[in-house]
Amino acid sequence: MRFTLNGRTVDVRAHPMKRLLDVLREDCHLTGTKEGCGEGECGACTVLVDGEAVNACLVPFAQVRGARVTTIEGLRGRRRLQEAFVEHGGAQCGICTPGMIVAAAALGRRPNLDDIKTGLAGNLCRCTGYSGIYRAIEAAAVPLRPARRRGARGKRR
Amino acid sequence: MRTAISRLSLVEPRSLRHALRLMRDEAGLVPLAGCTDLYVALNDGALRATRFLNLWPIEELRVIEPRGPVLFIGALATYSSLIRSADVRRRLPMLVSAAREVGGRQVQNRGTLGGNIANGSPAGDTLPVLAAAEATVVLGSATGTRRVPFTAFYKGYRTTVMRADELILGIEVPEVEGRQWFCKVGTRGAQAISKVVMAAVRAPHPRVALGSVAPTVVRVPKTEAALTGGASVDEARTILMSEIAPIDDIRSTAAYRRHVAGVLLGRFWEQTAAGRPVY
Ligand SMILES: Cc1cc2nc3c(=O)[nH]c(=O)nc-3n(C[C@H](O)[C@H](O)[C@H](O)COP(=O)(O)OP(=O)(O)OC[C@H]3O[C@@H](n4cnc5c(N)ncnc54)[C@H](O)[C@@H]3O)c2cc1C
Ligand code: FES
Ligand code: FES
Repeated sequence: MRFTLNGRTVDVRAHPMKRLLDVLREDCHLTGTKEGCGEGECGACTVLVDGEAVNACLVPFAQVRGARVTTIEGLRGRRRLQEAFVEHGGAQCGICTPGMIVAAAALGRRPNLDDIKTGLAGNLCRCTGYSGIYRAIEAAAVPLRPARRRGARGKRR
Repeated sequence: MRTAISRLSLVEPRSLRHALRLMRDEAGLVPLAGCTDLYVALNDGALRATRFLNLWPIEELRVIEPRGPVLFIGALATYSSLIRSADVRRRLPMLVSAAREVGGRQVQNRGTLGGNIANGSPAGDTLPVLAAAEATVVLGSATGTRRVPFTAFYKGYRTTVMRADELILGIEVPEVEGRQWFCKVGTRGAQAISKVVMAAVRAPHPRVALGSVAPTVVRVPKTEAALTGGASVDEARTILMSEIAPIDDIRSTAAYRRHVAGVLLGRFWEQTAAGRPVY
C-alpha cells in the first residue's frame, strides 16, 4: 500500500487492519513513535496524518492509503522545538517525548499557552509535571529573529 | 494488541452505494469510521467481529451543509471538522462545545459523529445535544433511506432501531430557536468520559437532555413541562432529580450524578437568563 512517509513515497506491505503504530515500528523500522497505553489515552503514539495529530495505536493501516504520515523522525524542520525540550526540562524518562513534540508541531509555529494546553490535553506525562513541556513549546514558539515572525507556514488547523 | 490480526479482514467499498450493498449481503460486517472506539476494543481483545468495512474513504459521508431548512451533518464528520464548521458554529454552537470536550486533539481529529451515535454509550457527549436539538438520524441501506427522530433512535442500553444492513448517513438538525447550553462534568478537564453531561435550549418551551443518568440519553419531559409552566428552578430541580435514573458504576455514583444533574439545571437556567450574554 502506498502512502507518503516523512516526505518520501513508500510502498509497504502489511495487513490493512494492522495498527499504524505497529506498521511504523515493525515494518518501517521507525521506532521513535512509542506505545504507552494502546487505547488512545496517552498520546505517546502521536503522529501526523495529513498534518493532523492522531493516535497511531487507533488508526488501521488501510486508513492512511495515499495520506501524508509524519513521525518524530520526519520533524527535521523542527530542531528548535526539539532542542527546547532539552533546554527546558521538557523530557525526563522520554517515553512521552516523541508524542509531545509531534503534537506540539501540529499547533503551528506560534501557539500561545492556551493553544498548547488544549493541543496537548491528549498527551500524558508521568514525569515532568507538564510545566517544563509547556515552557519548551512556548520558548520554541518565539522566533529566533523578528524577521521570521510570520513564518511561511501558518497554523495548520 | 490482544486481538490476533491475522484472522481479521477488511473490505474496501468503492462507493457509498457499494458499501450499502456489502452491508446487505454480509451479516456481521462491522463498519469502521474513525476507530476511536473500535480500536480500543480491538487492542483490548474485546471484539468478537472478524469482518470489517472501511467507511473512512467515503467522502460524501463527510459533508456538512445546509439543506433547505435543516443542517445536514455527515456521519463521518470528525469533532475537529464540527469545531471548524461555520455552519455548525452558527446553528448549533452547543455541538461545537460538546466536540471541544471530547477526548484530546488526537481523538477529535479522528472520532466521528456517526461513531458516537452508533456506539451509543449513554455517556456519548454529542447525544444530549442531538436530543435537545430534536435532530433526525438519516439511515441508509441498499433499499433506500429512512429518517428516525433522534429521541426514538435508542431502544435501550446500547441498542438502537438501526437494522443490521443499515449505515448512519448523517443527521439533520432543524433550526433551533432559543439559547443553547452545554456542560459536561468528568473526572478531569480533558480526556475524561462524562459522569453527567447536559445539553439544553432556553426557549418558551425549554428543552433539557442528559447523558450518563439513564441507560440511554434522555429528555426530561416532566422537568421541561415544569419550566414551561413557570415553576421555579428549585421546583424543577426536585422534579429532575426524581425523573432521572442514574446508577453507580466505575465512573461515579447514582447519588453524585443526581446531585450534579440538579446543579447543572440551575446553572443552565441562570446562565441563559434574559440579559445574559448569548452563550
Ligand atoms: C482517549 C479517548 C477519549 C474519548 N473521549 C470521549 C469523550 O470525551 N466523549 C465521548 O462521547 N466519546 C469519547 N470517546 C469515544 C469515541 O471517541 C467517540 O465515541 C467517537 O465519536 C467514536 O467515533 P469513531 O468514528 O471513532 O467510531 P468507530 O470506533 O469507528 O466506531 C464506533 C461504532 O460505531 C459504528 N459506526 C461508526 N460509524 C458508523 C456509521 N456511519 N453507521 C453505522 N455504524 C457506524 C462502528 O461499527 C462501531 O460499532 C473517547 C475515545 C478515546 C479513545
Ligand atoms: S499508545 Fe496510543 S494513545 Fe497511548
Ligand atoms: S518524561 Fe517521562 S512520561 Fe513524560
